[in-house]
Amino acid sequence: MRGRAARVLALVVLAVLILFPVYFTIAGSLMKPGDIASAPPSLFPHGITFHNYRGVFRAVPLGRQYFNSTLVSVVITLAQLVCAVLSAYAFVFLALPLKRTLFAVFLLTLMVPWESIIIPNYLFMADHRLRNTYLALVLPFLAGGFGTFLLRQSFRTFPVELRDAAVLDGASHGRFLFTILLPLSRPALASVGIFVFLSAWNQFLWPLLITDSPRMQTLQIGLASLNDAEAADPGLILAGVTLALVPTAALVAFGQRFLVRGLTAGAVR
Amino acid sequence: MRQAATAGRRGLGRERLLGLALVAPSLAVFGFFIFWPLVRTFQLSTTGQDLFGRADRQVGLANFTAVLHDSQFGQVLAVTAGYVVLTVIPSILFALVLGLLLQNPLRGMRFLRSAFAMPFAYSVAAASVVFAALFNPAIGIANYLVTRLGFAPVQWLTQPGTALISVAITTVWMNVGYNMLVILAGVGGVDEQLYEAARLDGAGTFRIARSITVPLITPSLFFLVVVDTIASLQSFGQIRVLTRGGPTGHTTTLVYWIYHTAFENGASDYGEGSAQAVVLLLVVILITAIQFGVLERRVIYR
Repeated sequence: MRGRAARVLALVVLAVLILFPVYFTIAGSLMKPGDIASAPPSLFPHGITFHNYRGVFRAVPLGRQYFNSTLVSVVITLAQLVCAVLSAYAFVFLALPLKRTLFAVFLLTLMVPWESIIIPNYLFMADHRLRNTYLALVLPFLAGGFGTFLLRQSFRTFPVELRDAAVLDGASHGRFLFTILLPLSRPALASVGIFVFLSAWNQFLWPLLITDSPRMQTLQIGLASLNDAEAADPGLILAGVTLALVPTAALVAFGQRFLVRGLTAGAVR
Repeated sequence: MRQAATAGRRGLGRERLLGLALVAPSLAVFGFFIFWPLVRTFQLSTTGQDLFGRADRQVGLANFTAVLHDSQFGQVLAVTAGYVVLTVIPSILFALVLGLLLQNPLRGMRFLRSAFAMPFAYSVAAASVVFAALFNPAIGIANYLVTRLGFAPVQWLTQPGTALISVAITTVWMNVGYNMLVILAGVGGVDEQLYEAARLDGAGTFRIARSITVPLITPSLFFLVVVDTIASLQSFGQIRVLTRGGPTGHTTTLVYWIYHTAFENGASDYGEGSAQAVVLLLVVILITAIQFGVLERRVIYR
């Protein structure tokens, strides 16, 4: 019984530590300027206001930046899913020449830190006048090794007899892929999709380098620039953060099952 | 017979072509945006450039000598190492405690799991601007608590002694949700019978955690050490938002140093930046190799 009480107490302490910043984000976004920018800081809003939410759209082109982030993340996610499905299919079901070497090449892409090759990538975009374009924001990320790696693992668990039976029935590769394999691989596709979307949505260094016009910047850069402003207004910033959290919080809450699968793909042999 | 064999071979040839066509889109992206830039990074690291940042001459290893002899180099390595230690170890320990506390069914546990995973929904920019407000010396909660405890207010982000710790605290908070999910996945895979056997032998909660759960989730822990270390070495957003590498370089990690040399405030020293990028690449490869060599031997795979 004492053990149980200690456990509950420890959980409460940790819950406060972990959840306080989340509470502060939402509560602060609803506070009046006098509440949030006061010393000592008030922990509860004295009356709720949506003033910050209106203000943040004036401080930065937040609507446009929201659209930019959504467009860029959706395009990257779809492209990576297509590329990963195609290449994982080739690795598992086709007689690919140099299969092992090619797969090693895919794995190698996961080991090169993006920051170590960012200068030539930046120079390429700058030289071709692609700064401040959607093209520059998505191009380098249209394919990724991670999705292929995870889908290959998933495809490999598919019973060979089933596939042979489908082929004997005269199913083409396309038909087998679309009518049998993909519907059965939905959980793995969800893992890849959620994971890629989150990474694209959260990108920071690349959009910071490749965009400087506020209307072409992503939400993340918009948040940082609110913070960089001469007289940073915490209420506005927290309203921006709350809005930026909506899609990712939904994915973390509802897609947890798939996330864990994706995250631990490398942990379990 | 021969006809059939040729047809088969032709079929195989077509299949090989199809296979190549299917991996081609990915390979094109990798070649263009990963492998060619990798080659270019090495090339650029041996060039000097004019005032506008255009590469205009070969300088051999001069950029590397400049980097190695830069008075900041030692500090950058120390800050990077300190930051990795200050983020990776607490992130994993914190998540391990959470995972152990949450493993047995208790009312409200599912809700708590989802709640504790919430930091994972924060992007690096979102988490950093929130912590910038918490660390604000005048109106932040951090100093409110410090002064309530009877200490003088702290300039969290602008004092050499606390800046790196503050950035690390932000990062640990961001990591906890993700790490906890991975650990819970590992804990969920432990055979229930082992616990029952241990309990029958009279083992207490601590003993069970130490002798059964932790050893059996070493694959998850090893995975986290590797992934968190690489992520930590690549951290950028939290440093840019919270401290911009300051005060006087006290939070300038390798990645921030590259940014500072090649991009910050209109800097355009791409040659030296590329030499620093090569150093980053080597450090990441070296540390990952060491981890696989040293740590993985202690991992217990089921």
